[in-house]
Amino acid sequence: MLRIACPHCGDRDYVEFLYGGDAENAMPELSDTDIDRWTEFVFFRNDPKGEHAEYWQHQHGCRQWLRVVRHTVTHQVISVQPASEVDTPAQGKRVEVA
Amino acid sequence: MTHYSAFSLFKEALRGNKGWSRAWQDAEPKPAYDVVIIGGGGHGLATAYYLAKEHGITNVAVIEKGYIGGGNTGRNTTIVRSNYMIDGNTNFYEHSMKLWEDLSRDLNFNVMFSQRGQINLAHSPAQMDSHARRGNIMRMNGIEAHLMSREEVMKRVPILDYSENARFPIHGGLLQERAGTARHDAVAWGYARGASARGIDIIQGCEVTGYLWDHGRIVGVETTRGPIRAKKVAMAVAGHTSHMAKMAGLRLPIETHVLQAFVTEAIKPVIDCVVSFGAVHFYISQSDKGGLVLGGDLDGHNSYGQRGDMPIVEENMAAAKALVPLVSRLQLVRHWAGVMDMSMDGSPFICKAPIEGLYINGGWCYGGFKATPASGWCYAHTIAKDEPHALNARFRLDRFHRGQQIDEKGMGPTPWAH
Repeated sequence: MLRIACPHCGDRDYVEFLYGGDAENAMPELSDTDIDRWTEFVFFRNDPKGEHAEYWQHQHGCRQWLRVVRHTVTHQVISVQPASEVDTPAQGKRVEVA
Repeated sequence: MTHYSAFSLFKEALRGNKGWSRAWQDAEPKPAYDVVIIGGGGHGLATAYYLAKEHGITNVAVIEKGYIGGGNTGRNTTIVRSNYMIDGNTNFYEHSMKLWEDLSRDLNFNVMFSQRGQINLAHSPAQMDSHARRGNIMRMNGIEAHLMSREEVMKRVPILDYSENARFPIHGGLLQERAGTARHDAVAWGYARGASARGIDIIQGCEVTGYLWDHGRIVGVETTRGPIRAKKVAMAVAGHTSHMAKMAGLRLPIETHVLQAFVTEAIKPVIDCVVSFGAVHFYISQSDKGGLVLGGDLDGHNSYGQRGDMPIVEENMAAAKALVPLVSRLQLVRHWAGVMDMSMDGSPFICKAPIEGLYINGGWCYGGFKATPASGWCYAHTIAKDEPHALNARFRLDRFHRGQQIDEKGMGPTPWAH
């Protein structure tokens, strides 16, 4: 069983988590209108055979998003960090609604 | 190469089976070829076969890092069907079905193609409507389909749970009578034999480690058995397409995921067609040896490891038990996993790469086996003519830039949900 050491809840089976995919796929600025950059962001992936940085949400625990580095062949978890501490959720600026 | 026939079988039976020649020749790599195909699975070998048969191109090598048919060709549930409804998929998979129907004769090799029928079950009136729509679209495209009532399903597949307690009551199903199963090893070997007989080199134990470049163009491959030059390099390595593309500096709309499948101990015939559960992603059939062959969802996270985790085993067994209660008395005897190219719309790629000299065939998600003949046929056309055939014209890499995704399941770019 793949186990993820949640920094808030401890070592847990991965079935408690929701997979969120590639964590190194940077979102363009929301004001960016370049179709190629958005296509790259939405549809294209690095998909490495080796270490992969990815998001997991501890859905049945603290409900926090985590940034996990895991090896895609051995499935060994290399590091787990709270995503809020290491990543900005989206690079786009918050749009103020009048 | 011996021609296989009732007569040759009879003759060899009398001679103690001493006159059979090798089915195909294990070749040594030559320094250069017109076409090098990376990957000796069903798709790569079929491509080689059709390059020779349809286009007269025989200066071709198929290079395989392990042994032929040892990758995903040997790691699937051997289901063949063509019940697709999105433009781009429909005609392609139907072409594949037509090639399957003539494959054993064409290859002079028994691929054990058995058109035993495939049923997609419906578990609600809404799902019956959706199946009626799919069936109508198939029939408009000249593909037979039959919407079955609950009673018809009960008669055809008596072992399903039709009781009051069934978690998902069966309302009916959509049947494709021409769908069925085939023997995966025989497909690889049949194509290998056909290609080898036409002079194509099949090279095993030869892993590609990089490409040979000349002014931004790919002109061959570096392998563990030395460099091999080629005018055209064509990858057919589904499961490792991202990995092979990365060596060429390409980033693809693919994530690699792991899919498990299972075989139970052999029992007497209980199910004579392929049945897909309509409530949970799960399918079941019975092999000619008697084992029930079953499979379902992906493990759900990026993986190149050819093994799965226990929660999906439990999920599959729960689905099996809910649909076919008698499986609770059976033991699993084999269990395996293969790595899948999960494309961002669930559909494949058969196209030229954005690099001169390189061709891509991949993104098969978990539907590659049924596509083997048409994939090879269309890929051979694309390589030989340097342009796609009408049947694979939509399976291009730039369809995402153009907003022309072929999303049969309507899942969007969440590849672990396709």
